[in-house]
Amino acid sequence: MDKKHWLERPETIVKLWRGGWVLLAILVLAEFTYHPHPYFVIDGWFGFHAAYGLLACIAMVLFAKLLGVYLKRGEDYYDRD
Amino acid sequence: MIEAVHFPPALILFAGAFLLPFLRGTPRHAIALAAPLLTLWAVWGVPDGVALGLPFMEYQLQVVEGDRLSRLFGTIFTIMAFTGTLFSLRQGSRLELPSAFVYAGGAVGVTFAGDMITMFIFWELMAVASTAVIWSQGGATAYRASMRYVLVHLFGGVVLMAGIVGVVAQTGSIEFGPMQTDSLATWLILIGFLVNAGAPPFSAWLPDAYPEASWSGTVFLSAFTTKTAVYVLLRGFPGAEILIPIGSYMIFYGIIYALLENDMRRILSYSIINQVGFMVVGIGIGTELTLNGAAAHAFTHIIYKALLLMSAGSVLLMSGGVRRCTDLGGLFKTMPYTATMGIIGALAISSFPFTSGFISKSMIAQGAADQRMFWVWMGLAAASAGVFLHAGIKYPWYVFFQKDSGLRLQDPPLSMKLSMGLFAFLCIGLGVNPEPLYAILPYPVDYVPYTTGHVVTMLQLLLFSGLAFFIMLPYMKRTLTITLDFDWLYRKLFRIAAREAAERSATAHTAAFEDAEKRLAQLIARIFRTHGPHGILARTWPTGSMVLWAAVLLAVSLLIYY
Repeated sequence: MDKKHWLERPETIVKLWRGGWVLLAILVLAEFTYHPHPYFVIDGWFGFHAAYGLLACIAMVLFAKLLGVYLKRGEDYYDRD
Repeated sequence: MIEAVHFPPALILFAGAFLLPFLRGTPRHAIALAAPLLTLWAVWGVPDGVALGLPFMEYQLQVVEGDRLSRLFGTIFTIMAFTGTLFSLRQGSRLELPSAFVYAGGAVGVTFAGDMITMFIFWELMAVASTAVIWSQGGATAYRASMRYVLVHLFGGVVLMAGIVGVVAQTGSIEFGPMQTDSLATWLILIGFLVNAGAPPFSAWLPDAYPEASWSGTVFLSAFTTKTAVYVLLRGFPGAEILIPIGSYMIFYGIIYALLENDMRRILSYSIINQVGFMVVGIGIGTELTLNGAAAHAFTHIIYKALLLMSAGSVLLMSGGVRRCTDLGGLFKTMPYTATMGIIGALAISSFPFTSGFISKSMIAQGAADQRMFWVWMGLAAASAGVFLHAGIKYPWYVFFQKDSGLRLQDPPLSMKLSMGLFAFLCIGLGVNPEPLYAILPYPVDYVPYTTGHVVTMLQLLLFSGLAFFIMLPYMKRTLTITLDFDWLYRKLFRIAAREAAERSATAHTAAFEDAEKRLAQLIARIFRTHGPHGILARTWPTGSMVLWAAVLLAVSLLIYY
């Protein structure tokens, strides 16, 4: 099987990224289609959930990375003496 | 309407467990699949109130007591036992399925226990049976993990027992109902429950032991222990505020540790703690909405977590034991069915709209918003995004996509496909139509999950989390590592301390022994000097000297008598 699976071709991946960006834009713009009724203040801000989801995840990855510096060990850590 | 059941539904599973070892082939499969279904029938036959009481010493045990909450958990435990059995029909170990039946029976027994003694007996039975499930895998690694596992649970059991004794001594009642965290005894009970929920500092037993079970054993393990803990917390400590910070810690612990993990089933194990954290927070908030949410989330979680672990188990079985993300990838081409099932499970755990996770988890977040608990709500929202990050994308990405690992695995046999298909159907079915689940929750449901605002905001959280995943991908390169946890204390520190103590005792022992040996040698040398072959008292005297001495004696006696 010489030909790559269609999902693995570079041009498909470019298309997927473009489609993804469009989807994200549509999701943020979709906030215009309804009247939000926030429970607090900031959850009523435009695009709050999008920004919060993105930033929270970046923060968690970075925190995990930092924690890994101190807590990661080799797989045989508990087996060796 | 079926006739009222006045025996413990768990007995059917126990009977199945005793029959299975004597059967082979089709009769074995038939009994194995029938027993959980019969138990499900019995669960729905248990009437409200005490259905079976037994005298025990001066107490009246309420061995079977039914209500809505019991039946809800009894239902999901038996559905899980059935689907897990279907998945494991090809399992070679003949110990695993009977153990899993006793384990599931213990869980069903706990849900119908009206008093704390009955609850405790079934609770401990689960600890023993689940250990046997891990044993079934065989091998030294699984054995050692199972020993660590059972020690933690027996410790939890002792704490729970002490608490129960304390409460019975104070109140004189063995009734298992809502408690206040106002005495040492109730605190001990709460701690005993939390050990099984995977709360800090007792979280490490779960990702330590579960991934060491077989490809089918882990599926059973994922369902019963932690969700029985959720059940007893719902029954015993609704609205206990301490559960909010504990649950929040569990949520983020699960995310962070799963992000650092390389073993595919250990990623999913960490995410069990994350999901149970959502339920624990819901119980801590303690409104009807969040208690319903916690119960509903336990129900849907068992299904999608089992689905995820079944897809991982299929990969494990078909690859002959490949378990690290670094060795996996690109499997979607040759095992499209398994990949699809894994993705459905991943979408459900991430609470994507139109999956089961969406209609259950959102009740908890809604409850936090209703109570104006700002920080709790913010935490839950961040965590919802984080679930997609650590399980929703990470698991399918590294196992089924990522890179071409060179593995060309096929989809698993039919029975395994059927069991995954059934749970995938429930994940989507309950997501699209939550009414059947809402109808059996403990409290009446006045909650509408599908509003435009809710769907849009949830999708924003999730898809922007997905964007973060791909932006941060270079930072998430898998490494051949494990991550230290509180189990470092008993796996390393205690070990080092024990070895240190042993070495010091050995040194002291050697020194004392050498000292004694030296003294003994000196003593022997001293005796030798006098009593040895050349010692003064051991010399052979020449005949001449005897004659001389005889002459001397004669001379002396002559002089005396003369």
